[in-house]
Amino acid sequence: MNSVAHVRETGQFGRWRLLPRLNADTLTIFLFLLPTLVLIGIFVIWPIVNSFQLSFYKWNGIAPTREFIEFDNWSRLLRDDIFVKAFRNNLVVVSLSIAIQMPIGMGLAVLLDQGGRFFLFRLFKTIYFFPMLMSSVAIGILFKYIYDPSFGLINPALEAVGLDSWTRAWLGNTDTSLYAVIAVICWQYTPFYMVLFLAALTSVPEELRDASLIDGAGEGRYYWHIALPLVSGTVRTAIILSLIGSLKYFDLIWVMTEGGPSNSSELMATYMYKKAFPSFEVGYGSTVASALFIIVMGLAVFMLLFTRRFETEV
Amino acid sequence: MSKRDPLKMVSLLAIGMVWLVIAGMPFYFMAMTGFKGQFELFSGRSVFAFPEDPSFQNYEEVLTSGSFFTYVRNSLAIVGVSVVLILLFGSMAAYIFARFRFRLNRPLFILIIAGLVIPVHVTLIPVYLFTREIGLYDSLWALLGPYVAFNLPLTIFILTDFMRLIPREIQEAAYIDGSGPIRFFFRMALPLSTPGLATMAVYNSVILWNEFVFAFVLITSPDNRPLPLAIWEYQGQYAMNIPAIMSVLTLSALPLILIYIVGQERVLKGMMAGALK
Repeated sequence: MNSVAHVRETGQFGRWRLLPRLNADTLTIFLFLLPTLVLIGIFVIWPIVNSFQLSFYKWNGIAPTREFIEFDNWSRLLRDDIFVKAFRNNLVVVSLSIAIQMPIGMGLAVLLDQGGRFFLFRLFKTIYFFPMLMSSVAIGILFKYIYDPSFGLINPALEAVGLDSWTRAWLGNTDTSLYAVIAVICWQYTPFYMVLFLAALTSVPEELRDASLIDGAGEGRYYWHIALPLVSGTVRTAIILSLIGSLKYFDLIWVMTEGGPSNSSELMATYMYKKAFPSFEVGYGSTVASALFIIVMGLAVFMLLFTRRFETEV
Repeated sequence: MSKRDPLKMVSLLAIGMVWLVIAGMPFYFMAMTGFKGQFELFSGRSVFAFPEDPSFQNYEEVLTSGSFFTYVRNSLAIVGVSVVLILLFGSMAAYIFARFRFRLNRPLFILIIAGLVIPVHVTLIPVYLFTREIGLYDSLWALLGPYVAFNLPLTIFILTDFMRLIPREIQEAAYIDGSGPIRFFFRMALPLSTPGLATMAVYNSVILWNEFVFAFVLITSPDNRPLPLAIWEYQGQYAMNIPAIMSVLTLSALPLILIYIVGQERVLKGMMAGALK
């Protein structure tokens, strides 16, 4: 039992022995963790295991029997040009997301930091964040029309500035569809990084700014040499978030292009969905899902180790 | 900033305006097109032009058709119940991880936190098959399990931090007064974590209000659709009536935007929850 002395000694109640005594603590621990463990077990852990199991079968998801085909799905995956293309597209999304969202997000954060409490800049901040509040589905539908060659905004805007030759069916063209979607992804998520960076910039002690300005550093050099190194931890977090997030994109792409035309904007997640649901290839779809899992987890572990080493070096 | 250089201020404002147009133009297009008639877009007038004959007809039709409110009600119900359960289960688990010492504490915590990086799509097929098997397929409540399970990791992560901050003295005092661990949870730990709970309530509500994938895979009947799935189906059905679609999009985005305008700091803080550690 928890004696007062025990609590005083450890600051915590509860111990766990190899064979737990069924005392109040053990019971509390068990009861309080139970709902979480059951839910995560059923809806997260077991499905992952099950995905790997299904990846060794040929099955349409309905038939009572499924055929065990060993590694056939996996070898098919490695020879599947569309999967390779989807993977490559995912890499393009990841790298462009980081390359576009981070600098613009930081630029806007600096802008708002400079603007301070001035009314107009507070209004800017409020409106800049709007895209983050809309569902990806709504954004996807909205931009489908904005890109529309006959009723959209982009082509008339280009014509207005004399770039008539640039106009095209942005989403219907295999050369531009992926980039058109990435532009929307950046439009949607840049405000997130802006707010994140702004919070970091505001937390830099005022004295540091004053001191550097008195020393004649100038605002530009203050941000580059003093503020940026101080918020590098936040930037690192932002890059990891963007990386992991970019590998999971589905909603927006699905709504705007369904991966098309001719797989030009296919991502691993959309390909997995297409295989498992409309095509009834549950076994192969599970293989794509499992591959996606391996890639994301591999990258996450890599980033974790990489950034940890980076931290100890600094 | 003590001294303000007017030239600098003007250029900052100019840059700010440029991004204002980029961020705001789609919203303007969306809300304004909703006031147009179905055929106005085909008439060759500029898409930027103000509606020829602005009318509330599209908005009215959406609001009076009845089905829009069914979707809103579905979304409110599933998001409300999910968020309550996420906060309850999440704070219970966080309490254990923050205040109890036992062998499995660290391993279980890491296992749950690893859930943060798992792409939901990996679980889609098994969850779909499982939902069919237990007969919940095509019901609003099929979403409850996945919604709660996938949002527990971050909630537990953030709340554990909050519960760790509760001073040891408070706990000792409560113990001396004879309150046990469960009563301490409800009387002290939970109320003391109110800011964290509020943050996670906002975050989870926004995420779930906009959730699409699970709804897309688990629900087919029109009556059971939450809002994002409903607008997706709606645009498939009325692809040619762009103004009507835009009015639906505007109305679906409005609730969150209004809440955000009222409680901006709270919402911003909530939305940043995923990034603060």
